[in-house]
Amino acid sequence: MDFALTEEHKMIRQMVRDFAMKEVYPTIKEWDRRQEMNPEILPRMAELGILGINIPVRYGGQGMDYISLALACEELERVDTTLRVIMSVHMGLNSMALFQWGTEEQKQRFLVPQARGEKYAAFCLTEPNAGSDVAALQATARREGDVYILNGEKMWISLATKAHHFLVIAKTDPHADPPHHGMTAFIVTSDMRGVKTGDIHGKLGVRAGSTGWVVMENVEVPLENRLGEEGEGFYIAMSALDNGRYTVAAGATGLIRACLEDSIKYCHERSTFGKPIAKHQLVQQKIAYMQQWYDAAFLLVMRAGWMKNAGLRNTRETSMAKWYATDMSVQAALEAVQIHGAYGFSDEYDVERYLRNSKGAVIYEGTSEIHQLMQAGYALGLREDRPLRCELPAYDPEYWQAEASEIAVGD
Amino acid sequence: MHIVVVTKATPDTGAKITVENGVPTWKEAMVINPWDEYSVTEAVVLKEEHKAKVTIMAVGPAEHDDALKQGLAIGCDEAIRVWDEALVGHDSLQYARALAAAIKKLGDVTLVIFGKEFADSGSNQHIYQTARLLGFQVLGSVSKLISLDFGAGTIKVERSVEQGKQTVSSKLPAVLGVLKDITEPRYPSFIGIRKAAKAQIPVWGLSDLGIEAGTPKATILSYSEPPKREGEVEFIEGESPREIAEKLAEKLLEEKVL
Repeated sequence: MDFALTEEHKMIRQMVRDFAMKEVYPTIKEWDRRQEMNPEILPRMAELGILGINIPVRYGGQGMDYISLALACEELERVDTTLRVIMSVHMGLNSMALFQWGTEEQKQRFLVPQARGEKYAAFCLTEPNAGSDVAALQATARREGDVYILNGEKMWISLATKAHHFLVIAKTDPHADPPHHGMTAFIVTSDMRGVKTGDIHGKLGVRAGSTGWVVMENVEVPLENRLGEEGEGFYIAMSALDNGRYTVAAGATGLIRACLEDSIKYCHERSTFGKPIAKHQLVQQKIAYMQQWYDAAFLLVMRAGWMKNAGLRNTRETSMAKWYATDMSVQAALEAVQIHGAYGFSDEYDVERYLRNSKGAVIYEGTSEIHQLMQAGYALGLREDRPLRCELPAYDPEYWQAEASEIAVGD
Repeated sequence: MHIVVVTKATPDTGAKITVENGVPTWKEAMVINPWDEYSVTEAVVLKEEHKAKVTIMAVGPAEHDDALKQGLAIGCDEAIRVWDEALVGHDSLQYARALAAAIKKLGDVTLVIFGKEFADSGSNQHIYQTARLLGFQVLGSVSKLISLDFGAGTIKVERSVEQGKQTVSSKLPAVLGVLKDITEPRYPSFIGIRKAAKAQIPVWGLSDLGIEAGTPKATILSYSEPPKREGEVEFIEGESPREIAEKLAEKLLEEKVL
């Protein structure tokens, strides 16, 4: 067993940290107050290769492993949750699903420009009346010859107004029994006739990000844009969530670290009763807990990442990492505000933003309650993961880093 | 067309440095000398524009390898570290002798780029000493590279001097000391990180360079912490922003801040 990060991992972490601290941190409060996304962020993340970090070079990516993705997400959310949300939808929920389930032609058409950052990607599962209860979704896809006609409304979609490509789950058989057998996945592009998008304002947190809705009215989606087989949509969505939740868990770990680092700094600066508050035992207890939460969350994320690298099914382990890291990020943010006292209650310090941002992640990509049910199901033997038709490929540095032209014929 | 860019690892500018028994100590990791983020990027920009080769060099023990790897990750082609136990406690002239010998050993270098100074020691004399030992022209405080023609052996730069901006042309080979205005620092690329992580950095000792360490002309005897500043807070109050501003301006003039 080896707990050490490689030199490559450390350099990636430093690079993403430098980008987030130098280019995002100085103005994040302003964008958060304006409830707008800084328009320079997505092009800059694309330019730096972050949007394709763990996609093989042959598909336009940077050829790094799944641990690198987690480290990048941790550093991004250390500065602001909105940065990590980009990775969750563009990479975790969409690009990795294309990599896992797409045909070679689909990878060339959609994954390559996404990994290069020329196109941004989002994931459309949730609807106004279907969140945790996925089977209740109402969007429909009716086949007519070589096209599907999509209708429906998707809600709480990150990058709704920024993305060019949407991975949409809709019902091709609304009467299927069980209902999830009637779902199919499609790649819908924002320029298709009948696609409308908009942003949602007035959110508690993640205010410097884009969260919105996508409405489809008689959108003609060609057959070649169907991802996987008809009826496979639920499995594609769930496997996409294995990757999305991984990025959320890694990001929440970064949020815990943000709370911890800011609190440690403040503890040494602020004095009460004649001594720095770092000397007060009840403050020390909060710091100790935050450190414990960070260490445990980080290790859970690394285990999930190690399993992804090894090509092992990690639905349970990723769910555990996501549940624990996001729940603890809320706790860490509450404690960070408490340590900062009245200053923590104002936006003069960052911790109030951490608290607002932490709350979303215990709701999206499986509420904490859903993850508890999953964990209980595994422990009690009521739930097991069956092999998928397309598993997420194990990380192979040679395959990942080779240019397409370097691959021998027959590979 | 071979460019050398020189770097070193320095304590992070945010590091909390304390002095214990005359020796400075800090917990934070070392980083690439902040001024070198600009010089290294400029070297890589020139490499791309002129299809030149860039070698990044440092003189010092293994703690400088991370700065060299950072350079490789940003786009330098090769890295070389110069070190020998005989150089422990070296002064800037000994440093420059070792560096100049290493640059001469490369054989085909026509441009050497330094950041403005070493952020930890605040020194820049090594730039001029290296140039002198190499017999290269030296151009310090360079804020803009206007033109570079390896074929014709000429370079034209803009220097920031007391009188304003000074445009200077020079023959190559040359040594440059560059300021922040020269370029926007780049982050390492992922492909660069992969290359840097795998790199084994060669170490050239004095015997490889065919020189002796010599003895330092200047020796650092000890360090001590600067006296702690005592801050006082005074709130300027008034009926209107104008009144507050006027009172503040008066106070600043009175205290000779302005």
